[in-house]
This record gives sequence, structure tokens and C-alpha cells, in this order.
Amino acid sequence: MGRGSDVMKNAAARGRGVRAIGLSLLAGAGLWAGVGLASAETALLNVSYDPTRELYREINAVFAEDWKARTGEAITVRASHGGSGAQARTVIDGVDADVVTLGIPSDIDAIARLTRKIPDDWRSKLPNEAVPYTSTVVFLVRKGNPKGVKDWADLVKSDVKVITPNPKTSAGGRWNFLAAWGYAYNQDKDAAKADAFVGQVYRNVPVLDTGARGSTVTFAQRGLGDVLPTWENEAYLVLQEFGADKFDIVSPPSSIYAEPPVALVAANAERKGTTKAAQAYLDFLYTDRAQAIFAKHHYRPIKRDAAAPADLAQLPDIKLFKIEDLQGSWDEIQKRNFDAGGLFDRLSRAGR
Amino acid sequence: MVETPRPKRTFRRPSVIPGFGISFGYTLTCLGLIVLLPLAGLVVKASGLGLSGIWEVATDPRVASALRISFGVSALAALVASAFGFLVAWVLTRYRFPGRKLVDAAVDLPFALPTAVAGIALASLYAPDGLVGAPLAKLGLQVAYTPVGIFIAMVFIGLPFAVRTVQPLIAEIDREIEEASATLGATRLATLTRVVLPPLIPAVLTGFALAFARGVGEYGSIIFIAGNLPYVSEIAPLLIVIKLSEFDYGGAAAIATIMLGISFLTLLAINLIQAWSRRRFGYV
Amino acid sequence: MSEIFSPAFVPTAKPGPVASEGAATRSVLIGIAILFLALFLVLPLFAVFTQAFSHGIGAFLDAFREPDAWCAIRLTLTVAAIAVPFNVVFGLAASWAIAKFEFPVKALLITLIDLPFSVSPVVSGLIYVLLFGSQGLFGGFLINHGIQILFALPGIVLATVFVTFPFVARELIPLMQEQGNAEEEAALTLGASGLHAFRTVTLPNIRWGLLYSVLLCNARAMGEFGAVSVVSGHIRGLTNTIPLHVEILYNEYNFVAAFAVASLLAALALITLVLKSVLEWRFAGELAHGRAH
Repeated sequence: MGRGSDVMKNAAARGRGVRAIGLSLLAGAGLWAGVGLASAETALLNVSYDPTRELYREINAVFAEDWKARTGEAITVRASHGGSGAQARTVIDGVDADVVTLGIPSDIDAIARLTRKIPDDWRSKLPNEAVPYTSTVVFLVRKGNPKGVKDWADLVKSDVKVITPNPKTSAGGRWNFLAAWGYAYNQDKDAAKADAFVGQVYRNVPVLDTGARGSTVTFAQRGLGDVLPTWENEAYLVLQEFGADKFDIVSPPSSIYAEPPVALVAANAERKGTTKAAQAYLDFLYTDRAQAIFAKHHYRPIKRDAAAPADLAQLPDIKLFKIEDLQGSWDEIQKRNFDAGGLFDRLSRAGR
Repeated sequence: MVETPRPKRTFRRPSVIPGFGISFGYTLTCLGLIVLLPLAGLVVKASGLGLSGIWEVATDPRVASALRISFGVSALAALVASAFGFLVAWVLTRYRFPGRKLVDAAVDLPFALPTAVAGIALASLYAPDGLVGAPLAKLGLQVAYTPVGIFIAMVFIGLPFAVRTVQPLIAEIDREIEEASATLGATRLATLTRVVLPPLIPAVLTGFALAFARGVGEYGSIIFIAGNLPYVSEIAPLLIVIKLSEFDYGGAAAIATIMLGISFLTLLAINLIQAWSRRRFGYV
Repeated sequence: MSEIFSPAFVPTAKPGPVASEGAATRSVLIGIAILFLALFLVLPLFAVFTQAFSHGIGAFLDAFREPDAWCAIRLTLTVAAIAVPFNVVFGLAASWAIAKFEFPVKALLITLIDLPFSVSPVVSGLIYVLLFGSQGLFGGFLINHGIQILFALPGIVLATVFVTFPFVARELIPLMQEQGNAEEEAALTLGASGLHAFRTVTLPNIRWGLLYSVLLCNARAMGEFGAVSVVSGHIRGLTNTIPLHVEILYNEYNFVAAFAVASLLAALALITLVLKSVLEWRFAGELAHGRAH
């Protein structure tokens, strides 16, 4: 059996290389198994929507500081951002959020309805119907406004390309949609005409991103489209990030009263034992300190006197309408426009 | 192989090598837990809608159009990837030129490069103000944020499959047959189309099917460059994500099941092609 | 890599003129192939690095000063450190069972192992959402018992394992089949135990194939986007992997940082390619042939 002993000899010689591979694998696994992800201090998770990244980075730091000063405890607030609907979905599927700060009330309604982790009457749990700041939709256009976009009616001109996110997944997209509808409805109180107007707007839309941020990148970085109807705060942020020499903000004479609400995810916080801190975090959003930060980031604070006058001066007077006054409750608004078979579905089918 | 008498019928053919039970059992357990159980969960979820429900989802105009875009563009991209892949494989195996090995190594780049990285890189290149997009825009051709962008991304990710399935077979072709064909008076073109190409067809088809399957399911590299407009440039995987964002789990599962069924058929087709090839040409 | 340009690789093959294309055709074909690859493959890679350094090295390094970037890097390494060894063990077991033994339904088993290759990454994530989401089959039960799978490390690992499931097995099965059973049978006849034969005979025979598959498996594990994106929850500093961090930076108008972090993954891809090529050139005989993935 000469062949057999050859095999054994070869094997012994080759064993070393294999052991080296095996050892390095083991070492790697051991090293990283040792690195835990958990930490001892209290941590809150705020699941938020797309454009609030910069806002909550500041709020979270200031709140942690404030909490430390008041209780002596260290706290970290983590944030997660994305299209409002997509974010609500992750909470529904089990993200351990202590609080949600989403772009539109219907997304929090959905969490309450599908998981029971948020009480149905969440809007009554905090001041101002659980809306700590408001905002509206304005237009971002290219420098000098070459297409002369002044008002919502200009969005349906045949040579104007509009960039807006998908209303199915983005709260900003829904506010844009509802703002266009509300504008048209307020012209002659005709819902059918308003529906048709919105359809015309969306015929001018070449790109539908899933979140407000995607749309901003498409418009500002990629240079697509003539006008970006977007959150007022987002428009100012673009001027800051990309340079005021490239874009102008056009505030239409009238626009929508946008209410991004907040809520405690009661069941999660209770299970994690973070209810007190989470509630304090939400209450903190209504303090003068937080209100001033909202204004600084170009959101409209509900306590105007807490904000710096210079920040307030940047928020022009726009005639704001509430969509609930035109279409009824949020349940109805969601169903009429965005649910399967709703107005948006019908429009995109007709508009192809 | 010495024919040993079998005392009784067993699941596997008897062998002196040990460890079948444990390795086979472990394989099945992993396969079951990681792959089969979750996929079964998907099918169960989708079947909650019933066959008619799935059909309704599949024929919903927006879903139908997303599936059409995913499958249509992917087929086109796989076609182009196969054609150029064949050319690249041919050049790499038949010709010697400086830097050949470097080019050979580069073919696998899409395989190693994370799709999200490919996505932002392609988007920045093909955007109207990008390195490639700007000159194209002057010609009135827009790539990023149109179905052409999807096509580009799919060709990118499909290319290595197209090259790597054909390459080993080109290397194995017996050159003497070609010379014989040439000696017998065939033109080079005739030799290629009648002698060289036919045995390569199964490999080209396999490469096409792999690139196609990969393209249909691709997500990361496409969403950055596609524009994501319903009925125009919205792909089926994105629609699954959108359905999830709308809390429509059944709809998401239904689209996923349809895609899964088609993936499975594609795999089956690949296996059939290979079986046919084995019978017809004696190799895969 | 100097050997690429060494004389040995400059035109050596001299096929008879009748059995090859003319020199002009050849040059044109080489030209088209290289141009095509340059445009489609090299340019995107080039774009990543130029964008990453477009504001100088300082801006590039700034991307790595952020703690979130390090959390993402750490999470990605953790995930790969679990998923890759898992797939190595699975691949060894599966290839041992499939290559060393004869049993029915083998073809079906291989097809099932292959399945994750052709499943869309989004679907790979979705199946775990349907299973472990709080609306899912087991999710409610697990979450009530304080076990968080989705939007935490286990979910990300599961999705990654799924996506990279076939990598090691599919490399090792044909390799072991090519090598046959003779050496193991000889060792066993000489009195070696099964485990000993595996360690001293099989493993050395497949080591380069194994390393090769680990390389590719690791690249895919670290770079997976679609599947992980569905199960991650995108919590900064907690459940963001490197590819997701790239997306986040990109969506925060932080393009330089996005491309800087992306260049990390691109560099990983390049290293993978180099090592892979080295393995292919030096140990071609010890890798599986005719692989298709």
C-alpha cells in the first residue's frame, strides 16, 4: 500500500496551511464575539422620518444633556430615519422604538391599528394634538427661477418638470400631493377638478423616489427637474448644503398646514422600562429650548415666542389650509388618496 | 469500482467512508431552517390570498408593469451581457495581449463590489451632470433615472456570469477540429458558426439564464439609478419594498412568490440545459 | 502583479493562420472587449475613488471620524465573522455528504442549496420579516418573550447567511467530486479514524478551494445591501452595516463621506479580486473547474 503512506505523508505536510486558515477564522470569530453591542446606560430609540436627521441630532444631544442635569443619569437617544411609511412599517414589524416622530398622522394611526402598541387616542396624549412643530410645502427652484414657478398652478405647465417623492411611502410626498389638491380645491371648491389637477401635476413628474431625501438628491445633486415641492425645512437645508447660489426658494401664496406628529410607543417603552425617559423626551419637545431648536432648523415652532426672531423671520407668511377641513378625518384622507385603489393609484394608472 | 453484494436496500449506496449521517443531517437541518422554512413561510403568507388573490396582485397594472420591466429589461440586459460576455471570454482565452490577466481579474469586479456601491457609482457616472451622462445628455440621451439606467446596472451585474460560464469551454475547444475544418476549405466564418459555436450554445444559454436571474432580483444597484417611476422605471423588488411600506404584507408576499416561482423555473431551465448539453455534447 | 507584464505573457500562442482570426480582426475584438470592460467595470470603480477624494484627503478621513461609521464597520465585521464560519461548516458538511456518498434526490438537494443565488435580495429579507416580524409567524411569540430577531444582530446575520448560503458548498462539492474517495479510503484502510482522515487528507486537498470560497462569501457578506436593508431597521449606531451607512450618508447630502465609506468596500472588493486571482493562477489545479456563479 505504497500509495496510502504517500497520502498520509502529503497530508501531514499540507496540514499546516489548513490549520492556519482554521486558526485565523477562529481568532476572528473570537475577537468579534467578545465585542458586545449592548451598553448599560438607558437608551431610547426615536424612529423618525426622512428630513429630520439634522434636527434630531441636535435635539437628542441637548435632551441627553438636560436629562443628565435633571436626573444625573446618562442617556443616549438613537435615531433611525427613512420614508415615513417605511419607518412605520419597521415599528409594526417590531423595531423597539420608544417614540415615533413621523411625518404624517396616518402613519402613527397605522402603527396603533396594526400593533396596539400605541393607544388609539394618541393624539390627545400630548399638547397641540401631539404636534410639537408644524411645517409646510414650498418650492425649491433653480437659481433665478428660469421656469417662472410662482404658484401651484405653474406645476402643470407642460414644460415644467416636478420632482416629488412617492406618496405611498413618503410623508413629504403625501403632503405635496395633498397641498396640490387643496390648492386646486380652494380655487372653485370642486373635488373632481382638484383630482384632475393633481393628475396633471403628476404627469410632469419624471422621478418618484421613496423618501423626501431621495427626491432632494435627485433634484439638487443630480440636476433633474425644474421644481421640487418639499418640506420648508428641507428647502432651507438644501440652500445650506448645496449653496444658496444654486437654488431659490419660492413660497407659494397658499400651501398646506403640515403636521408631523409624535407619539410614545407605550407597549415597547413599558417592556423596556423606559416609559419615564421616553415620556420626558416627548415633553422636552414642547419646551422653549426645543422649540427654539425647531425654528433654527426651519420648522415652524408652536411657541413662536420661544424662538429666535432671526429664525422666525425666515419663515414667510403663507396662507395655510388644513387638509382635514377639506377632506375630513385622517382615516378618510388616507383611504381616499393613498390606499390601494385610491386617487393616487387611479391617477398613475390613467397617466401612463 | 468493485461490485459489492448489497445485503439490503439502503437510502445511500454503502461506503467505507464514515460520517454520512451527521453531515447529511446537518446539511438538511441548515437547509431547512435557513432556506426552506422561511421560503415556506413566504408561500404560506401568499397563499393566504388564494390563487385568485395572487392572480389579482399579479395582474394589477402597476405590479404587472413592474414585473414586465424587471423581466423585460433583465432579458435584454442578459442578452447584451451574453453577447459581450462571449466576446470578452473569447478574447481572454484565444488572444494573448499585455495586461490580459488584469482584464481577466477585472471581469469579476461586479461580483465582488457591493451592489449599493455600484449603484451610487453608476448613478454619479450616468447622471446628466456625470462623466458619462453629460456627453450623452448633449446627444439628447438620458440614462440615469430611465429604464436605460436599469439596463446599464443589470448589464454590469450580469457580465461576470456571462463571461465565466463560457470561458472554460472556449479554453477546452479542440483546436485541431478548427484546423481540420479550415483545411477542408471552410472559411473562418463558416468554421466559427458551424464548428466552434454549436457546442458552446448550452454554456451561453446557462450564462444568459444566470445573468437574467440575477438581474430580475437585483435591487441595490438599481434603485439609485432607476428613477423609480411607476409604470416606467419601477422594478419588482422595489415594489415589494413599497408594498411593505404600505403595510401590505400579503401583496409583498404575492409579488415575492411570483418572483420566486420564476427564479425556480430559471434554475430548472439551467439544469435542463445542462442535462441536455451533457447528453448532446458529453459535457456541461 | 509584475508577472502579468512579464515576457511569458506577451504573445506566445501562435495558432495556424487558418484556425484563427486575422490580426486586424483580433485587434478590433480585443479593442472592443477592453473598451467595453473599461466603460462598464473600471469606470464605476474609478468614480468611487475620485468622488471619495474629490475634496482632498482631509474630507475623506473625516468620514471615518464619525462614531456611527465605526459602529457600522464593527457590525459588518461581526456579521461576517458569524455568517462566514457558519457557511464554512455548512459547506463542509454539505459537500462531504454530497460528494463522498451516492444517494437519490442528490440533484434536488443541490438545486435547493443553489436557490438563494437566484432569489432577489429583497425577497431574502422579506421572508425573515414574514417569519420574525411582530405580525409574522413566530415574531409575536418571540418578541413577547423578549427575543428580538428582526432589526437586531440575529436578523441581519440570518439574512446574510441566506444570501451567502451556497457560496462555500457550491465551490467544494465539485472539487470533492473531482478528487474522488480513493485517498480517504486509503487512509481509512491504514487505520485512520474518519475525523483524522478528514483533517489530514480531505481538508488539505480542498484548502485552496475553501479559502477561495471563503473570500467570495466574505465579500458578499460584507457588501449585502438589499436583504439587510429590509431587516435592519436602519438604527444609527446600532443596526447599520457599512452598505447601509453608505446609503444614509448619501441621503444626508454627505456625498464625499458616502463615497469615502463606499471606497472602503470597493477596496475590499479589489483585495478580494487580487487574492482570488492569485489563488486561480497559483492553485488552478486545486480549485473546482467549470464553476458557474
